[in-house]
Amino acid sequence: MTTKKINVYLLNSLTLFLAVLMFFPILWMFMTSFKTEQIAFAIPPKLIFTPTLENWRIALFESPYFEFLTNSLIITGFSTLVALIAGIPAAYAMAFYPTKRTDGAMMWVMSTRMLPAVGVIVPLFVILRNLNLLDTHLGLIIIYTGMNVPLVIWMVRSFMLDIPYEIIEAGRLDGVSLWQEMRYLILPLLVPGLAATALLCFIFAWNEFFFAFNLTVRDAAPLSVYISTFKTAEGLFWAKMSAAATATVLPVLIAGWVAQRSLVTGLTMGAVK
Amino acid sequence: MTIASEQSVLAQEIKPQKKRHPRTHLSAPTITFLVIITQIPFVLTIYYSFLNWNLLRPGNIRWVWFRNYIRPFLDADFYQILWQTVYLTLSVVVITFVFGMLLAILLNRPFPGRGLARTLLISPFLVMPVVTSVLWKNVLLNPVFGLAGYVLGLVGLPSIDWLAHYPMASIIAIVSWQWIPFVMLILLAGLQSLPDSTLEAARIDGAGGVALFWYIVVPHLKRFIEIALLLEIIFILNIFGQIFVVTSGGPGIATTNLPFEIYKEAFLRWNISAASALGVLAVVLANIVVLMFMRIIQQEKTEVSA
Repeated sequence: MTTKKINVYLLNSLTLFLAVLMFFPILWMFMTSFKTEQIAFAIPPKLIFTPTLENWRIALFESPYFEFLTNSLIITGFSTLVALIAGIPAAYAMAFYPTKRTDGAMMWVMSTRMLPAVGVIVPLFVILRNLNLLDTHLGLIIIYTGMNVPLVIWMVRSFMLDIPYEIIEAGRLDGVSLWQEMRYLILPLLVPGLAATALLCFIFAWNEFFFAFNLTVRDAAPLSVYISTFKTAEGLFWAKMSAAATATVLPVLIAGWVAQRSLVTGLTMGAVK
Repeated sequence: MTIASEQSVLAQEIKPQKKRHPRTHLSAPTITFLVIITQIPFVLTIYYSFLNWNLLRPGNIRWVWFRNYIRPFLDADFYQILWQTVYLTLSVVVITFVFGMLLAILLNRPFPGRGLARTLLISPFLVMPVVTSVLWKNVLLNPVFGLAGYVLGLVGLPSIDWLAHYPMASIIAIVSWQWIPFVMLILLAGLQSLPDSTLEAARIDGAGGVALFWYIVVPHLKRFIEIALLLEIIFILNIFGQIFVVTSGGPGIATTNLPFEIYKEAFLRWNISAASALGVLAVVLANIVVLMFMRIIQQEKTEVSA
């Protein structure tokens, strides 16, 4: 009995140790952002130090950080919103009015998300260039909307199928209109699911790099493009880099922690809940 | 914890419909939008791939048939790039599967601090890949000031210039760190959907730990494993940001994969047509790998049932 208890204790400790180990690079980045540049380079690395906000001040206020942040917020926000607005009616039709072709259509919707970005990047570049949409918010908003709509359709449809059908049927017997059915019966029940879907769209759009890097230059470039410029910061500004990086990942970390329960649904497009 | 196909079967049972309801068409605008934004560009990619269009040499764009497809196959570098694309993907898939499974099993037990452990463990997947890349490249793998070198020094080993000597292994490690949480999350969902009563029944029948895992847990997890690996393959075949930031495809072309080569062709050499042909090949490669993967799975299924 006691050996078993000790084993369980060891196993639990091992799990927590591995969790901390996996998280350590993020923690280290977080800590580095509060160091002075000299301490950031100290060998052996310093675990205990007097924290300073100096690098945060420089990284956020004495650099163009907020311009990129604004771009990220505009692009991510609008693309998430539009993807929801476009995806919900489609999810509704496919959830409650399925036809023989619905299953095929759903698979097709999923396949559009699986299409490698490199398979479409060249024409998208040429089209956006011809429409004068290169390096504009609108260009990336359109593309991220297209990227997130399949996710919205799959997730929202699976949440809609969880709604007890009696509720909708009762409404229909009372003769509610489509709008009333959506507004008063379905959407209130869908709020948690929609929130999770929105958070996932936000995460994917926020972290995206390939399209952002190739389709923007400076005016509309989001944070992922800005952070990538640190690739040649030959070791001199680790603390400032860490501060900018921490500020960039923090919103997504929090969104992900909040949406933990729906993360699996979102990542597998609702194939696994 | 359900599988999507069960849901759609359910949906059809509830609402058997002969005639198209007008509300069926609510999906039309969105589907049209998706066609415009994904299928038309892909058709254009195919079209461009048959031209000789270079943005640096305007005018005189001609139809050159398969020249853009033949050229890469006459180039030894192309085979290396193809192999590296597949090698990177398969290595990451194997590593993340092993560690993802291990962590999922460890997390699938109630213990104090489990919620915290889970939260910490999913975090690498949420971090922007570009941030991961600058972080690993500078703070962790720097040969002089990096944390990895210091840890090696603690056990008396000399520091290593990881990115110069083991560039591909470094990329694999970085990408794996990000994707272990993904596999773990999906397998954990699978483990948690396994009813306790099934395990209990098997235990009463005298099944031990290994037998329990092999005959009860693994078959149940099969579908979750398939989904996790399939999605992983598709996404990691297309890794770009990490390679761009950490090694820029080098040294030489030692860490160049197909997406990075396409980027170079399109946006450094401005050869629209060559890049398009490689883009088409990338889509073909993705389909081949996925089909092979499905074939393997199907074979296993028939073997199990036979």
